[in-house]
Parts: sequence; structure tokens; C-alpha cells
Amino acid sequence: MDRFDVIVIGAGPAGSSAAYSLAKEGFSVLLIERGKFPGSKNVFGGRIYTYPLKRLFPEDWREAPIERYVVQENISMLSGDTAVTVQYDSLRTGSSRVNSFTAIRLKFDKWLAKRAGEVGAMVITGTRVDDLLVSNGTVFGVRAGGDEVKANVIIAADGVASIFAQKAGIRPELIPKEISVGVKETIKLTKKRIEDRFNVGEKEGVANAYIGQVTNFLRGGGFLYTNKDSVSLGVVVQSEDLSSHRTEIQELMERFKLHPSIQKYIEGGKVVEYSAHMIPELGTRMIPRPYANGFLAVGDAAGFVLSHGYTYRGVDLAILSGMAAAETVKAARAVNDYSAGSLSRYLHDLRSHGVLSELEEFGRTPSFLGNPRIYSAYPQLLCGILNRMYTVDGGKKEKMFHIAKEEMKGKISLMQLMKDLLGGTRSM
Amino acid sequence: MPESSELRMVVCIKQVPKAEQLKIDPVKKTLVREGVESEINPSDLHALEMALQLKDKHGGSLLALSMGPPRFIQALETAIGMGADEGILLSDRALGGSDTLPTSHALSKAVEHLGDFDIIFCGEETTDSSTGHVGPGMAANLDLPQLTYVVEVEVRDGHVRAKRAVEDGFEVWETTLPLVITVNHGCNHPREPTLLGKIKARTIGIIDDVNADDVGLDKEKIGLSGSPTVVDKIETVELPDRSGRIYSGEAREAVTKLLDDLEAEGII
Amino acid sequence: MSRAKKSKGVMVFIEFRRDHIRRGSIQLIGEGRRIADILGVKLSGALLGHGVKKYAKEAIQYGLDKVHLVEHPILASYAASPYSKVMVELVEKYKPEIMLLAATKNGRELGGRFYVHLQTGLAADCTAFRVSKGKNLVMIRPAFGGKSLAHIMCKKTRPQMATARPNVFTEPERDPKRKGRIIKENVKLGPEDVDAKMVQFIAHMEDEATRLADADVIVAGGHGIRKADTFGTLQELADVLGGTVGGSRKVVDLRWLSKDRQVGQTGKTVRPNVYVAIGISGAVQHLAGMQESEKIVAINNDPEAEIFKIADFGIVGDLFEIVPEMIRQIKERRPAKEPT
Ligand SMILES: Cc1cc2nc3c(=O)[nH]c(=O)nc-3n(C[C@H](O)[C@H](O)[C@H](O)COP(=O)(O)OP(=O)(O)OC[C@H]3O[C@@H](n4cnc5c(N)ncnc54)[C@H](O)[C@@H]3O)c2cc1C
Ligand SMILES: Cc1cc2nc3c(=O)[nH]c(=O)nc-3n(C[C@H](O)[C@H](O)[C@H](O)COP(=O)(O)OP(=O)(O)OC[C@H]3O[C@@H](n4cnc5c(N)ncnc54)[C@H](O)[C@@H]3O)c2cc1C
Ligand SMILES: Nc1ncnc2c1ncn2[C@@H]1O[C@H](COP(=O)(O)O)[C@@H](O)[C@H]1O
Repeated sequence: MDRFDVIVIGAGPAGSSAAYSLAKEGFSVLLIERGKFPGSKNVFGGRIYTYPLKRLFPEDWREAPIERYVVQENISMLSGDTAVTVQYDSLRTGSSRVNSFTAIRLKFDKWLAKRAGEVGAMVITGTRVDDLLVSNGTVFGVRAGGDEVKANVIIAADGVASIFAQKAGIRPELIPKEISVGVKETIKLTKKRIEDRFNVGEKEGVANAYIGQVTNFLRGGGFLYTNKDSVSLGVVVQSEDLSSHRTEIQELMERFKLHPSIQKYIEGGKVVEYSAHMIPELGTRMIPRPYANGFLAVGDAAGFVLSHGYTYRGVDLAILSGMAAAETVKAARAVNDYSAGSLSRYLHDLRSHGVLSELEEFGRTPSFLGNPRIYSAYPQLLCGILNRMYTVDGGKKEKMFHIAKEEMKGKISLMQLMKDLLGGTRSM
Repeated sequence: MPESSELRMVVCIKQVPKAEQLKIDPVKKTLVREGVESEINPSDLHALEMALQLKDKHGGSLLALSMGPPRFIQALETAIGMGADEGILLSDRALGGSDTLPTSHALSKAVEHLGDFDIIFCGEETTDSSTGHVGPGMAANLDLPQLTYVVEVEVRDGHVRAKRAVEDGFEVWETTLPLVITVNHGCNHPREPTLLGKIKARTIGIIDDVNADDVGLDKEKIGLSGSPTVVDKIETVELPDRSGRIYSGEAREAVTKLLDDLEAEGII
Repeated sequence: MSRAKKSKGVMVFIEFRRDHIRRGSIQLIGEGRRIADILGVKLSGALLGHGVKKYAKEAIQYGLDKVHLVEHPILASYAASPYSKVMVELVEKYKPEIMLLAATKNGRELGGRFYVHLQTGLAADCTAFRVSKGKNLVMIRPAFGGKSLAHIMCKKTRPQMATARPNVFTEPERDPKRKGRIIKENVKLGPEDVDAKMVQFIAHMEDEATRLADADVIVAGGHGIRKADTFGTLQELADVLGGTVGGSRKVVDLRWLSKDRQVGQTGKTVRPNVYVAIGISGAVQHLAGMQESEKIVAINNDPEAEIFKIADFGIVGDLFEIVPEMIRQIKERRPAKEPT
């Protein structure tokens, strides 16, 4: 068999969702993954938003390998040894409206690909796709090793470094400005320790975001997610900032782990996994047309990620874009036309699945979050103010406004503060 | 190639736990199976490669045969990915607990059931039971000549010439088809499964399974009841404690530290 | 063969090669003697060949009570089918309760063939034997690459068969005065019993002077050394350490090193004072042959390599930098001695 209706390259969340949705509709689907098994090479922070999964598997989304439901969110601004934390208690587990959960990609991706296999997609692992077969500007198959396999549509779901979106001519090469680099460690603790230290119940967990000191005040942030019996801890930094400040991300990670507000959580734990990865920060502007003749790009390959200092979202958009691509292919089959013209309705499908609207809504955020003060001046400022407010040393207590003004001196002007605050609320 | 030179071959393969990952539960003294990946038995890959090279040269057919639980299908998929034509899994609860005697009996019966073959290939030995008995055992059951630890083979007009690795050298042997060959580990470079091969492995009908009744096995002669040996107990080996002083970094410094240690131990 | 009450005695297959009885067989005579004495039974040998009576005498001097001597031109050199046929006849005739073979390649393929005709149990590659309270043989063999020992028993059928790993049991003393019976056996063998013929033998050269088994220091190279030439540097390190060179199976398979220098499950088992593993990953089959070395030094550029788990000392780094540096620094520490 060397011909399929659809070939999907990459069994990450985007690829497996597309393959699942198509196979369920009776398409013959070949899903090719280079890793030994799906998820074996994939990195991410550790939190997945629930809504796309509910849409993909309305009946049994809870069977996904969920580590813990996120019931509490914290954002901490770190400076020196101190931290200012804003805590948000979200819905408790009992509710079906639980917003997000933590997961381990090794398990999650494997499960998702298995679901695709169960409805008839042929999942092939341990094979790297080397090239697209293209003739007259139309993609008509893939090459791996010496073998060629053909299909009506090829869906590139090969992740952030997608060579296929580039090969199909729809995406320029990434430049450092558009990339963040992330490192992540999985630190093994016991189930009981996690529940004690984070004050959560059995299936409950927390999602923490950190900015400020963690990146040495560069653009980016840190995260901590609780899994069943481990925590995922990581740092993400704008790669442009990294190189201009000659900072090593590994070093930031090491220092992050030593910060008192992290150390107390991970003490006595054992690092069981370490990984590094790139995250694109393209926004919607970068790939205006994630399709070509016989070709679609989904997930990270199309740049569908939202990442800033304290939110990393990609898996949800990956799943949604996989579903959208399936819709597009279905419509293309109805008219038996897989040209770029016909596939252009992908934009429409992306929008109706909420991918584009999400990205557009946040489209403004990168410029707000691109603002270095968010990562440097403000964490220092806040920590400074609160430090002085709460330090009881027998001296005279000053009024809050004075403290603030003094702390701001030389760091930031009042005007700037007002502007940033306004800009922030508008874009969030 | 003339029809007559085509070879009908079968390779016996087994799925085994990855040797590096094998652990013994220190309390229960049993094999820890959880979280241990499995792979096709390494020397069976060499057997497959040897058979595939013969097929490349002479044409014919290659069938992969495995006996074990359903997960052994993985090994068959690898074999087909590499170029075997078909896979057969002999699977039956009654086979559970078989030692090498019933294993070679059952595999021989399966081979007889599946047709006439010119060459039956086995690996040198498996990494999980490391006996190397199954190949010779099949030769005995099928009353065929056997050549073991083979590193090279040539077939011409029904005559076989093979080189076998022994402790003090190589021996060249001659015999005729049909025969059983066990293949020496490391004698060739097993090819990687191809994309089309993997797709083929998933195609319905390429891998089939048969049970004890299908191949006419007498339940008394297989499984635990058909196995003369029993494992009475497993004892963990206590290895000497190692100090584990491992240095890294700049070569000169690391070597100095290492040599200091060796000197302190009186080794140099 | 069902468990016949009549089964009695221990029988050892006497394997010879070219002009000598193989060491593994001699060692097994010693172990067979020990087992027979515990059970209070006779120890016999099965010797197949042509013009090999001298080996029968020699085998008796190592500790046999009697030898069943089967001579026939077809048996002149080893071949699985006729040897298997004769062994089945001998065992059925004399009904030993225990049948032992050395776990050489030929011993394993022969045992693996004829035990099927006897329908009994066969334990492979044993490294120890015990006799249980019920007078059964406990056949002990490494399992899972030497991480554990499996105790195997064969209670239902006779004989209890095993192959035993060479160089594990100590060689018994030869007593030139020892007497035993040599029983000539008649067998019918014809051309129909010959199904394969050895037509050529290509011998490995063995350097007795630097035998691995006797070395205090072994410098072993693995696939990480990338090419055969690197053994030159390893030899130099071995020279300054006063040792000899060995290697993993991969380098032997690649013909970078001769077979008699292979360490591991299917090579030599060594126990030097110092074992230096260079560019060796530490697969269980390799560890099986060297894990009991007094001290283990590992050099590998992969910090996760298994070999580090059993190393006393080691360096994570590029062997092409480290080995020359070691040679240099050792020489520096020990100013060149006058050759003696
Ligand atoms: C540090 C970090 C933290 C993050 N945290 C979060 C988070 O908490 N929540 C969240 O939702 N998102 C997070 N993200 C983003 C998220 O990981 C991605 O958006 C998501 O994985 C994208 O899915 P995908 O299916 O498009 O691509 P991927 O998951 O990257 O999958 C691509 C697949 O394609 C395969 N592949 C690549 N090339 C080939 C080839 N040539 N042939 C065959 N197969 C190939 C790969 O092996 C891989 O399996 C984080 C990212 C990083 C780096
Ligand atoms: C039935 C059977 C029997 C076997 N019997 C034996 C046996 O008796 N003996 C035996 O040894 N094996 C045996 N094996 C094979 C065994 O499984 C392994 O394949 C073999 O030991 C691997 O050899 P290696 O360590 O040299 O090679 P590899 O596993 O390829 O390891 C090479 C190592 O070199 C390191 N390296 C590479 N480059 C450098 C560098 N520049 N600097 C430093 N380090 C570097 C790598 O990190 C790696 O760890 C047997 C296998 C089977 C199936
Ligand atoms: N369960 C099995 N199914 C198929 N082949 C097997 C099985 N067990 C052993 N073999 C074959 O026999 C060879 C020797 O195995 P063993 O005697 O177990 O060391 C292996 O390399 C395989 O080729």
C-alpha cells in the first residue's frame, strides 16, 4: 500500500488530533512519527487546557492520562530572595468545568496517537520523513528512506522546527526574535509530599508562573506544575535576550531551583528528566496562509502557540487546529479538490474552532509582554515595596505611597507605569 | 532467476525484554517487568538479515515465526518492516511456561503446519533465556541437518556452504537443503525497517495467528506440563560495592585525579 | 524418558579438539567426580571419535571410573547428527541420572539436539551444581546477563542434563596411577547418518604469552575506539600498566581483535586486579565476563553508559584525548625504568 487519503507528519497533539478526526470520518490516514513512540521526544511545560479535548472526545475525555486538575494558579514576581505572589483559586475537581489539567507528554501523546490508531489511522513510529514529494507546486506525498508514499493531502504536524512548512514554501525560517528557548526538568517527589507541600487534594494540582529574577529580568519566565508524583519545573527565555545578555539558560535554571520559593517545593526530589526545546512566538502574522496545494500545517508547525512570561499554550491550539484541518480536508473531499484554493477554507475552519480568534485576541499581548519592564522593573519594584512595608525593624513606618515613590526612583517613571498598566489591561 | 533457485525460508524470532533494563526485585527476587521496554531478540535480527540477503540473491519467500503472547507481534512487525513476506504468531495460553523442549517442539510443529521450507533460521540465543537450544532442538524434531553459530552462508543447486564461528577459529561446512541454521550474533548489519515495510506489516492478513490446535499440538507436551525443567528459585548476585568515582571536564585534570586515585589504591 | 528408578551414575561427554581433550571437559570431570561422590555413584565418560583411546586413559586419570569408548571413522571429527545419535544410544543403554557436557559451542549444539530425543530437561551454561535433599541435581546458571542466578531442577525426567561453562570449575589433578575401565561400544553408523561435513578449518592465532585469563591488568577496547588502529594506543596503555589487551564482542565481530581476546558471556570470563574499559558501553553480556574484576576503570563519553554503574573509577570524556593523556601522565609519574 503506497497511497493514502491523508498523510500526517508528526504524532504530537496536532498530528494525532488531525489523524483521529480524519480516520473517524473514514479517511485512510497514515500518521508518521520519527520518535520510537509518540511523545518520546516531546517537551512542554505540563498544563493542558481542557476545552479542546472535551470537543474531540466529548464522551470520554477524562480517560486521558491526566496527572492533576489545576485548582490553583499563582503568579509570582521574584526579586532577590523575595517574592510577591498573586493567587487564584480556580474551580474544584468536582466541577465538570475544570479549566485545565497537568499531563506528561510521554503519556499524553501516546494516548492520543493510540486513539487515532483505534479509529483506523495507521500509526507508524520510528520513521523520519525526509522530504515532501512535490510536482508543479503541488505536494503529493512524502519520502522516508528510499520509500515514497502518496496522498491527496499532506498535513505537516512536525512541531516548532517544522521543515515541511518551510519546504512547502509557506513559512520563512525562524529568526531568534521569534523564538523562545525553554528548559524543563521533571523532579520526582512522592504523591504525599506534593499534596502536603502544595496543600492540594488527591487529583488536585497547581500551576505556578514566575517572572523577574527567574530569567534574570529578561523577557520570559518560569513555571512549575504539579504532576501525580513529580513536578515539572522550567524556564523559558526570549532567545534574542539570551544571546544579547550572554546568559546560559541552564544557569538560569540552576539558580531558579535555588530560589527559596522554589526550593521549598522541590527539596528532596530527584531529577528524572531534563529537556530543552524551542517555542515559536509567531502570532498569526507570521503564517498568513498555513496551506498550499495538497498541504496543510497544524499546531506548532503553523506557529499556533501563545507564549509569554506566564502562560504557555500550544497543546490546546494544536488539538483545535488538527480538528480544523480535518474539517477542511473533509470539505475538500466533497468537491474532490485539494488545491490551495480549495484548502484555503482552512482559515475559516481555524476561526470557527477558535484558533485564530484566540491568537488574534492575544495578538496584542506580545507587544505588551514584549515590554522588558514587565520582567525587570516591576518585579523589583513590587518586591521592594512589599519588603519595606513588611520589614519590621523598629524604625518608623513610612506611608505606602512614599515607599513606592522611593522604590521607583531611577527605575521607572510614573508616566511609564501608567502607560504600561493601561496597555496591559487593553491587551489581556 | 530460475524458479528452482528460489528459497522458501522461515526465521524464528522472539520478543525479549531489553537486557540493559532488566532488574531483579530485591525483595521478591523476581524479574521486574514493569516499565521495561522490549525489543526483538538481537541475534534474531542477524538471522533475519542473513535470510533477507539470501532472498535478495535467490528470490523466494521469507516467513517470520514467533511463539508467545500477542505482544510478540511487535517482533513480527519488525521482521516484515525489514522485508519478510509474512508473519505467523503461534499463541496459546497452553504454551505458557514452556521451557526449551516444548518450545522447539511447538515451533517445529508450526513449521510443519506452515509448509515445506528449505531453511529454518534461528538466532544464536535469546537474551532472556540464553540457551541456544531451540535451533538444535528444532533440527532434532524435524530430523534435519543443523549448522550453528553461522556467520556466512551460500546456497547453490540445493547445496549449502556455511562458515561457522567456533572458539578457536572458523569452520566451513557443507550440507544440503533443507536444514536448520542458527546465526551468530554480530555477523552482519541488520537492515532498518522501511516505511513501506512498516505499512505492509500493518496490512490485514500479513500477520496471522495460529493456536495450539491449529498446528496440532498435544497439550500434554507443551506449557508447564510439557516442560521437564523448573526454576526452583532465583538468587540475586551480590556484586562487590564499587566506589564510583567518576570525573569529567578537562582531560588533563580528570586524568590527574584518576591517576591519583589509582596511585592511592596502589594500582600504579 | 520417564524417571526410571534404574537411572544411576553421572556421565560426562568428553570433548576433544584436534590433539587434546578440551579444558572445559577436564574441568567437568572434576565437578562430575564431586557430584558422583555426594550421590555415591560411579562417574563415567562418553568418548566418541576414531583412534582416541589415549584420551580415554587420560580422562580416567582426571577422575573417571569408566569410559564408554565409541570409535568409528564417521566419528573421527565432531558432527552434530552422528554424535547425537550415538549419545542417545549410550544414554538409553546406561541410563545415567545425570549427563553433563561442557558449554562449548559444540557442547551446546550437541546437547541441544540429543536431549530432544531423550525428552528430558537441559540446563544451559551452568556455573555451579548442588545436590538437593531429595537427591536431585540443582543446576545453577546465570540469568539476565549475570544479574541473577537461576536454580534449575529437572525432577520428572532422567537424565538431568546440563552444559557447564568452561573455566568456572577448577581442573582436577591428573593422577597417572588412577585406573578405570574402558568399555568399547559398538554402534552402527552409515553414510545415511552423515548429513553435513566440515571441509575447512581456519584457526585463530592464540598468543599464549599474553593470555587474558592470567593478566593482572586488562585494557579493553569497545566499539567507541572507532577503528582497529586504536588498539595500538590501548596496547601502549596496557604496556605502561603492565597488562594485556582485550575487548568487547563488537570489536571482535569487526575483526579488530582476535576472538580469544573477547571478554563476556560468550567470550572469556576474567577477574584481573584492574579492568580498564575504554569505549565500552557495558552491555550485560559484556559485564557478565568482567564484573568480578577487583577494580574497574571506565572511560566513556556518554555519562549515562551502563559501564559507569559498575565502575570504581572513571572519566566521562573523549577516549582519544584521555587515553594518550593517561599514558603521558603515567610515564611522567614513573620515570622510565631500565628494561630488565
Ligand atoms: C518549555 C515549554 C513549555 C511549554 N508549556 C506548555 C504548556 O504548559 N501547555 C501547553 O499547552 N503548551 C506548552 N508548550 C507548547 C507545546 O509544547 C506545543 O505547542 C505543542 O507540543 C505543539 O504540538 P504539535 O503537535 O504541533 O507539535 P509537537 O508536539 O512538537 O509534535 C511534533 C511531532 O512531530 C514529530 N516530527 C518532527 N519532525 C518529523 C519528521 N521529519 N518525521 C516524522 N515525525 C516528525 C516529532 O517527533 C513530534 O512528535 C510548551 C513548550 C515548551 C517548549
Ligand atoms: C547472545 C549474545 C552474546 C553476547 N556476548 C557478548 C560477549 O561475550 N562480550 C561482549 O562484549 N558482548 C557480547 N554481546 C554483545 C553485547 O550485547 C553488546 O552489543 C556489546 O558488548 C557492545 O560492545 P561495545 O560496548 O564495544 O559497543 P557499544 O555498545 O557500541 O558501545 C560503544 C561505547 O563507546 C562509547 N564511545 C563512543 N565514542 C567514544 C569516544 N570518542 N570516547 C569515549 N567513549 C566513546 C559510547 O558512548 C558507547 O558507550 C553479546 C550479545 C548477544 C546477543
Ligand atoms: N518463543 C520463540 N518464538 C520464536 N523463536 C524462538 C522462541 N524462542 C526461541 N526462539 C528461537 O530460538 C533461538 C534460540 O533461543 P534460545 O534457545 O531461547 O536461546 C532464538 O534466537 C530464536 O531464533
